[in-house]
Amino acid sequence: MWRGFTTMLKRDLVLAMRRRTDILTTLFFFIIVVSLFPLGVGTEKEILRKMAPGVVWIAALLASMLALERLFADDHADGTLEQMLLTPQPVALLVLAKVTAHWLLTGLPLVLIAPLVGLQYHVGGDVTLVMMQTLLIGTPVLSLIGAIGAALTLGLRGGGILISLLILPLYIPVLVYGSGAVAESMAGGGELGAYFQLLSAFLILALVFSPWATAAALKISTE
Amino acid sequence: MNIKWFKYAAPSTFYPLAGRMIPWFWVSAILFIGVGLYWGFFHTPGILTDQKEYYRIIFPHVASAWMSMWLYIVLVGWALVGLIFQTRISFMMAEAVAPTGAIMTFIALVTGAFWGKTSWGTWWDWDPRMTSELILLFVYIGYMALQSAIDDRRRADRASAVLALVGAVTVPIIFWSVNCPDPNQCTALHQQSGMGKVDPDIVIAMLVTSLGFWLYSFAIIFQRVRNIILQRERNTRWVMELPEVKRGK
Amino acid sequence: MTQAPFLEWRRLVVERGERVLFEDLSGRVDAGESLLVEGRNGSGKTTFLRSIAGLYLPLQGEFLWNGENVNDLGEGFRENLLYLGHMNAIKDNLDAVENLRVQSRLSGNPASDEDILSALAAFGLRGFEDFPTRMLSQGQKRRVALARLLLSRAKLWVLDEPFVALDVAAVDHLQSVISAHVEAGGIAILTTHQATQLTDNSTHRLKLG
Repeated sequence: MWRGFTTMLKRDLVLAMRRRTDILTTLFFFIIVVSLFPLGVGTEKEILRKMAPGVVWIAALLASMLALERLFADDHADGTLEQMLLTPQPVALLVLAKVTAHWLLTGLPLVLIAPLVGLQYHVGGDVTLVMMQTLLIGTPVLSLIGAIGAALTLGLRGGGILISLLILPLYIPVLVYGSGAVAESMAGGGELGAYFQLLSAFLILALVFSPWATAAALKISTE
Repeated sequence: MNIKWFKYAAPSTFYPLAGRMIPWFWVSAILFIGVGLYWGFFHTPGILTDQKEYYRIIFPHVASAWMSMWLYIVLVGWALVGLIFQTRISFMMAEAVAPTGAIMTFIALVTGAFWGKTSWGTWWDWDPRMTSELILLFVYIGYMALQSAIDDRRRADRASAVLALVGAVTVPIIFWSVNCPDPNQCTALHQQSGMGKVDPDIVIAMLVTSLGFWLYSFAIIFQRVRNIILQRERNTRWVMELPEVKRGK
Repeated sequence: MTQAPFLEWRRLVVERGERVLFEDLSGRVDAGESLLVEGRNGSGKTTFLRSIAGLYLPLQGEFLWNGENVNDLGEGFRENLLYLGHMNAIKDNLDAVENLRVQSRLSGNPASDEDILSALAAFGLRGFEDFPTRMLSQGQKRRVALARLLLSRAKLWVLDEPFVALDVAAVDHLQSVISAHVEAGGIAILTTHQATQLTDNSTHRLKLG
């Protein structure tokens, strides 16, 4: 059973390595969005520091959502998605493999680039560390929820903008607690445990439900 | 029992049945809303805690806010039934519920803004309940956007049903996260619904108005379902033989 | 293997885009038989084939594999199924061997590299094994997709227009591959617009529309 998972994961990673620009696009989108805010609201240190948690998380939301449009699109266009539904592997597991690959390529880079944002917004090392931790737990949730939207809007005209209508409202809990934890650590509060517990609970919930709902949505969309 | 249920689930049976029921729903909706609002405006105390006459906006406000939530549950219910039993009428119901749900949400937001202006001095405040209502509006809009973006009816029905179910799981979490952005101060969720302390006239007016909103929803949703049926089944014999369709030709 | 496999469909009602394609369709194909699905464009050949594979849900009726509902069997049916649609289902950025390796692993029946190379050679692709498939011609891509047939252990082959884009030699070879599969106790269901040599008495015809 796990052979299907690893085969799919490896396939998507190999494919991505052969088209590396796709990964960099998401990453640079994130960096550009984050860099635009100070140009819009002014470069005063205190304001920037205050905005940092929200900015980082909203930029992560947008970046992850933009990348999602491509999650199933290529496989749909060349027919491999159809074959994926016909293998004797559990479809939800193959979906999970694809989402995992997708997160490794578009979500994890955001976690790793977060220290740069920390420098731009003058937040300290501790806060940056918290920022990275919340992104590490939160961005997989974004990928998992977003996969449902990508599957539902598969092959539709204007699919990209439609995904944002469907998915962005569902991202709210991650946004609230992800940025909440960063803000809390900035205020010097040490009580971060509850935030991380909630984010982890979301991750578990998304891991259980999302691949299954995505598989159902893919079946409907490929009919 | 089963047979009867599925009989009414057929669009050709439901169409005339709904047609006969709609006038009654309209009449009783107008009656209930009229009485509820009359009671609310003229038979309730002039002051609620420290707020004066303008607090009476809560009668349409509370009724529409309740309906906006109820209708989402109804929508999810029909979506679920549709996915399980593959009955056409359930998807049509779900499709018909969404616009009314969105409108109720919108009314709740507008009346809420009036309430906010008069009692807090601002049109909009990021009050958890207002925010929840705003997000609910987004969810309705997402549902309707997906429904209308897909040309193939079958896919549109089932895809939006899946979206509604995903929403059913996440919307409570979203509401909760908005209500309680700081988990350290939320060990006991405080919901001050002081129904017991409130003047009984206010409660009566609120309930009667809400009932009127329910009846209005039935009327308008049934009407919309009838339109959807006509549109979708326009090629079937029973639709072509309807007197109203023949007359139009 | 206790019994010879068979596929049966009962009282199918299939509609597509508010149009009923066929009603009350029943039938059966047994091991060692092939079925040619015929009909004009838009008569529902592809939809019928997709319904067999479970990619399309009929409005009413069911498909049975060895007497059991295919949806209930789920993965147990899909491991017996090889479906080839209009699209080749190969990744442009992988070479032919990589494509087949992934497909055979996902089908639960991993093929060795030697088997993959000989399957490609059988379809005349010797020397093209490690080209990214985007550099191959339409006909060559189709042949990469068809090489799956030689690696599969599936009993039921469902092939939608398998002869499209193939040259005469490849058409001949594909026909012999399908015949061999059927003679070995397999089942083949296919659509084609080409005149085919699959006309022996083990070939049945189903006319739609």
